[in-house]
Amino acid sequence: MSEILLDVQGLKKDFRIDGKHILKAVDDVSFTIRRGETLGMVGESGCGKTTVGRTLLRIYEPDGGKISFDGKDISKISKRQEKELTKKMQMIYQDPYASLNSFYTVEDIIGEGLDIHKLYETKAERRERIIELLNVVGLHRDHMNRFPHEFSGGQRQRIGIARALAVNPEFIVCDEAISALDVSIQAQVINMLTKLQKDRNLTYLFIAHDLSMVRYISDNIAVMYMGKIVEYGPTNEVYLHPMHPYTRGLLEAVPVANPDYTKIHKKTPMIGEVTSPINPKPGCRFASRCPVVMDVCRTTDPHMTESENGHKTCCHKYR
Amino acid sequence: MEPLLNVEDLQVSFQTFAGEVAAVRGVSFQVNKGETLVIVGESGGGKSVSMQAIMGILPMPPARIKGGRITYKGEDILSKSDKEMEKYRGKEFAMIFQDSMTSLNPTMRVGRQMTEGIRKHQKVSAQTAKEIAIDMLRQVGLPNPDKIYKRYPHTLSGGQRQRVMIAIAISSKPSLLFADEPTTALDVTMQAQILDIMNQLKKDTGASILLVTHNLGIVAEMADRIAVIYAGQIVETASARELFFHPKHPYTWGLLGAMPGMETDKSTELYSIKGTPPDMFCPPIGCAFAPRCAYCMEACRKEAPEEYREENGHSTRCWLLDERAPKVEAPTAVIPKPLLNEEEVQ
Repeated sequence: MSEILLDVQGLKKDFRIDGKHILKAVDDVSFTIRRGETLGMVGESGCGKTTVGRTLLRIYEPDGGKISFDGKDISKISKRQEKELTKKMQMIYQDPYASLNSFYTVEDIIGEGLDIHKLYETKAERRERIIELLNVVGLHRDHMNRFPHEFSGGQRQRIGIARALAVNPEFIVCDEAISALDVSIQAQVINMLTKLQKDRNLTYLFIAHDLSMVRYISDNIAVMYMGKIVEYGPTNEVYLHPMHPYTRGLLEAVPVANPDYTKIHKKTPMIGEVTSPINPKPGCRFASRCPVVMDVCRTTDPHMTESENGHKTCCHKYR
Repeated sequence: MEPLLNVEDLQVSFQTFAGEVAAVRGVSFQVNKGETLVIVGESGGGKSVSMQAIMGILPMPPARIKGGRITYKGEDILSKSDKEMEKYRGKEFAMIFQDSMTSLNPTMRVGRQMTEGIRKHQKVSAQTAKEIAIDMLRQVGLPNPDKIYKRYPHTLSGGQRQRVMIAIAISSKPSLLFADEPTTALDVTMQAQILDIMNQLKKDTGASILLVTHNLGIVAEMADRIAVIYAGQIVETASARELFFHPKHPYTWGLLGAMPGMETDKSTELYSIKGTPPDMFCPPIGCAFAPRCAYCMEACRKEAPEEYREENGHSTRCWLLDERAPKVEAPTAVIPKPLLNEEEVQ
């Protein structure tokens, strides 16, 4: 087992709405990621998975809890230390159209990180680094002087990946990094991300709503619902033996690419949708949609319970 | 049996400043009564454009229908005027779009958007129209339909808006429902609910569905027949089971392989299609898929492949099926295994 690179304990992030309501986007979230591994984070939109990623990178200031990166507490640090940190932690964004500055050439987009952290001595060295990065992500050196609009979605995502890799990070948050791409291009990008991980011993937090891709790339899975992790464990364990009713509903909702499967398995789709995370009521947040809800669920918050092989769930059924 | 909708050799191109783009280059397919045909392919393949051409909602110009024939219930609908098409749209045809925020009118309450179509096509009083509308909202599973009736689209969630759009679409009891990536913007849980509603409609009213998607899971769940589209041409058509279990076109193999199955793990690389779809300003000579195809032969670069038809309705546009071509087996790892035998399917 390799060392723990990222240790998050009791992470909280609130947003104020109209000055009086509080939206608890991330509410007491804890997890760890070992070096060289991938944690997949899944859940419906609005469950707080992106906020977790952004808080880790300190795009948002956390409102509580502790984030340790490589053994150091990074939840309360100065601006200067924060800059140091961006060299180690990077992000790949969802939208390959909005996340690249359209006034910059590819060279400048990728080179910006190199400039900020002064990672080169001469102009020639900078160029060399950028050409090398373009090669790594499967682009050509001729692409250097072009602008983002000249590229397809898949190519732009590669530029985004090259930008993230430029500073030689240890940890990358992939926030829905493949959602906007076509199926065949998704497979290309995923193959590239796994190869990079092997070659550079990278650690990923892979945030996505496509459950089949997440299963493929992740070592561990965290399922989020309304700001809380409701189930956590090794990927196959969670996919094959889901415990939390929400995880079961989520997995059942994924359409399987086999026409016989639907004929055999009669689905009972999970009803309703996520309720408002503003000023949530006490009790389990999933209670209103839960098919196996009990009285206790509506009054008391469930706690995380751990079964064997690191599989944890937050549900009154498992106590 | 006469198909409900018959599209023959449809060709659509767009005039742009950079020149003419051939978006649809000879697409043919049929939709029979009560069946779901799914058109699957990547963006830019011409799926949506074909659908819009049938509905008569292509913006012309820049679009131009350069050739082909579309018949609906035996009548040629390409030659119909805009006024005549209005009798079809919203009555015989209904459409569910991908983006519910931009396809609903933000300045109108849900109720007015719904009753507008009902009153126009069903010629009923305002009161009856309202009752029908509220009943439709209930049918798509919206809680408190009379409250939703009075709300504006922006106050609803994405899933709720999508249901409103479906309610509008089915309120006229269409014979043919067009759905263009109806669940792409939604979460899987909401997606499952929406697909369920569509299947229910088909069962209750015997409507046909023409569905466009890129998600093979949805294809498997919905389709009776499947058409795979690539670069403005249909490269393979077959019944759902035939296409999933005996795919013949390398592009179809690529689509199937790009989605990790339940057993694939990180140690096996995903079967991916190399490169990117062709630039439709200058579509390649020969087979459009040739530059990305792992089995490309010399003939593929020179001449567009013929359509090879089998008796069971499976037809494929690929030179590999020619008797002169070397025998190539589909990569077994990408093809799903049948879970039922022929008798059980019946």
